[in-house]
Amino acid sequence: MFYSVLTLFVLSFIGFYLGKRKSIKLSQNIKLASLPSYYGYLAMLYILIPTLIAWFVLLVGENFVLEKYLFLILKEFLISMSGSEVQLFFIKIKNLSEGASFGNESDLELLGAQKIIQFKNLFLLLTYLVIFLVTAIALYLVNKKISPTFKSQRHVEKIVNLFIQLCSYIAILITVGIFLSLVFETINFFGYVNPLDFLFGINWNPNKAFVIDSSDVIDKDILKDAFGIIPLMTGTLLVAFLAMLVSIPLGLMSAIYLAEYAPKKIRDISKPVIEILAGIPTVVYGFFAALVVAPKIADLGEYIGLDVSSESALAAGLTMGVMIIPFVSSLSDDVIGAVPQSLRDGSYALGATKSETIIKVILPSALPGIIGSFLLAISRAIGETMIVVMAASLQANLTINPLEPTTTITTQIVTALTGDTEFDNPKTLVAFALGLTLFFATLLLNYFALRTVKKYREQYD
Amino acid sequence: MTNLAKRKKAELRFRFYGIFSVFLSLLFVAILIFNICSSGIGGFYKTIFLTSIHFDQKLLNLEDNASEEQIRNASFRKLIKNNFDESFKDYSKDEIKQIKKLFYRKIDIELKNFLINNPEFLNKTTKVELTASTHIDQIHKGNFDRTVQEKHRKVNNFQLEIYDKFVEDQKVKKVWNSTYFTSGDSRDPESAGVASSVMGSVFTILICFLLSFPIAIFASIYLQEFAKAGKITDLIEININNLAAVPSIIFGLLGLGILLNFFGLPRSTALVGGIVLSFMTLPTIIVACRSSLRAVPPSIREAALALGATKNQVVFHHVLPLAMPGTLTGTIIGLARAIGETAPLLMIGMVAFIMDIPSNPLEPAVGMPAQIYLWSESSERGFIEKTSSAIILLLMFLIVVNFVSVYFRKKYEKKW
Repeated sequence: MFYSVLTLFVLSFIGFYLGKRKSIKLSQNIKLASLPSYYGYLAMLYILIPTLIAWFVLLVGENFVLEKYLFLILKEFLISMSGSEVQLFFIKIKNLSEGASFGNESDLELLGAQKIIQFKNLFLLLTYLVIFLVTAIALYLVNKKISPTFKSQRHVEKIVNLFIQLCSYIAILITVGIFLSLVFETINFFGYVNPLDFLFGINWNPNKAFVIDSSDVIDKDILKDAFGIIPLMTGTLLVAFLAMLVSIPLGLMSAIYLAEYAPKKIRDISKPVIEILAGIPTVVYGFFAALVVAPKIADLGEYIGLDVSSESALAAGLTMGVMIIPFVSSLSDDVIGAVPQSLRDGSYALGATKSETIIKVILPSALPGIIGSFLLAISRAIGETMIVVMAASLQANLTINPLEPTTTITTQIVTALTGDTEFDNPKTLVAFALGLTLFFATLLLNYFALRTVKKYREQYD
Repeated sequence: MTNLAKRKKAELRFRFYGIFSVFLSLLFVAILIFNICSSGIGGFYKTIFLTSIHFDQKLLNLEDNASEEQIRNASFRKLIKNNFDESFKDYSKDEIKQIKKLFYRKIDIELKNFLINNPEFLNKTTKVELTASTHIDQIHKGNFDRTVQEKHRKVNNFQLEIYDKFVEDQKVKKVWNSTYFTSGDSRDPESAGVASSVMGSVFTILICFLLSFPIAIFASIYLQEFAKAGKITDLIEININNLAAVPSIIFGLLGLGILLNFFGLPRSTALVGGIVLSFMTLPTIIVACRSSLRAVPPSIREAALALGATKNQVVFHHVLPLAMPGTLTGTIIGLARAIGETAPLLMIGMVAFIMDIPSNPLEPAVGMPAQIYLWSESSERGFIEKTSSAIILLLMFLIVVNFVSVYFRKKYEKKW
């Protein structure tokens, strides 16, 4: 693979050189329509673009064709296997063909692995063939095109412009990709579980789906109250609420102090230091929450006579709140700073103190922006994964008591997908349904946040 | 109290709340960093016992001038047993067994490596630095309360006695733990290291950079310089804004659903990790690049156009180079965030137990944050220290990266 890429790039540079040389030769007699290097670029692009497209198609197609091919040649052996056995067999021989041998393979598996290696070699050969063929055609075409009147610069620029346009479409492509991957697997999941049971069920116990595996028959009645999202929702909202309880007052007051009171020196130092909190990886917070915060809270609870779980929502929520402080403070700082000075001056002129001005004039006029920052912070808290995975519990618990163990949507996505990932099992597929819920929730929050911020901006601009 | 005095008090109170909030936030930063540092510094050191070992030729079954290959194949178990029996003659068999447990369970490999590096000691007695077991390591570093009841301890009273004797004889030393930087993950905290996860992170970030940087620059150029206002352009902008706010775990699901299941890319590899992280960094770089493109004054464009450059030449030869410093700063910030990202890596299987240091992006790998997550799940006290040390490394790296980006901005940023 590495060498085929290298070959491709070497060939395209040769193309560049040949194109440039030919045009330089031509330009000794007549003036060219474009600079010689543009003829070179043209040759290069003519080689690169079709080969890269063909290469991508080959790469994507390889897996599909490989499985069809294996089915065809190993038909008589595979016919007696069930669907999941065939999948397992394929995985095993694929690993075997990559050299992961355990020394206990059957003859059939060895044969399969051998066939895969043959097939892959054939494909590599095909790749090289395509590269060289396209290069030859491209060079022939460019060679024919190069003439003093041919405006190669315009051609090159057209191709480049098309290319950068396609690059900007990637943002759409990613969103569509997210949406499709989530929706497809969610539909698969809803084949096992009724969407209504999922959205309104109050019991979360995905381990029930494990029991069914052995008998291979899926009993929908059992699944009915195994995948209810309500306990996860309450858990997520509880943790987010606790986080907001920390970050909103601290973040907002810090922003007010730094924007209105603090001398420039303190502001210049404090602001970046507080923003360090946002730059620390979340896994660090998770570690801190699980190892320092949770035991301290449990000790404190014991001291005042409360029974606090070591995996309480409190530890995760408080730590997350600290992480979110800079989100609230820097966004609020921006909107407070955007309030025109004339409003302040007017308030002072009427005899208000600084705090009265802030509370009665500045905050109300900055309110939409501040609420926008709160919404963004909430969406951040809902989607936060590592802190809750490490500090919150795995056990779903329909409660609003922050001292009890709770689980969240993100925690359950991680538990469903780490370890074995068999995609014919509702226990795994539910992660995508949860992901879709999370995606929509954050999308909605962001939409409202941006709308409130935008609405506010219109007032003063 | 007069009304004015009341108002003045309210003013002071409000101001105090502000100072208090800022102070509290700063305090959190300090506590977090202090806590991680104080518990992690120890992980860069390890405890060793200076033990005199006699490399008996017969016990090793080796000839004079044995080759490296022969030493490698020799069994050191007998040698260790013999040496221990000799050194602790006064103790019973059972006690010697317990003494052995003060040492790392793979000291035979350490002795082997020592002999390979110093073959001249064959048949001689010399002092060798042997790694202590993780429990002794923790006691020696003072992370362990010795007053705990014996049954709640991993080290019993007899072993503590022996350990104290070693300390008295100045046989115990704290040395720089170089294995931590050169080896991969391990089941034993004594020999676990960050090398494999550092390499995994390097490959992941490299792939992420190679993909996201050019694509983001091209996309920003198109959106900022070429695109005409319209529905598609609006759609792209909405999408970019949304992508910046999508939770990272969703990108992990995208990687699992599309890259692994649909395109069949290899699981647990830095390649997939890099692609997924590049989706997340794209919006950050695009936003940074567009704002720096916007900041380039129109006079530059007009001058180039006046000299007969085409629009492409204006953008690629003049505007883009001027916008580069700002773009690079944004890229560094985006990549720094990507390095610390863990959740998407969990989804695509980059949380495996990886002992070997990956040599290319197509080999199974873990990233630094995933390694931190893995170690933090372990109940062993020794691993907790290793986790904190890995966090220190990660944070130091992030600090350096941020300083570089600030430096870049200060040095190359132009005010027009």
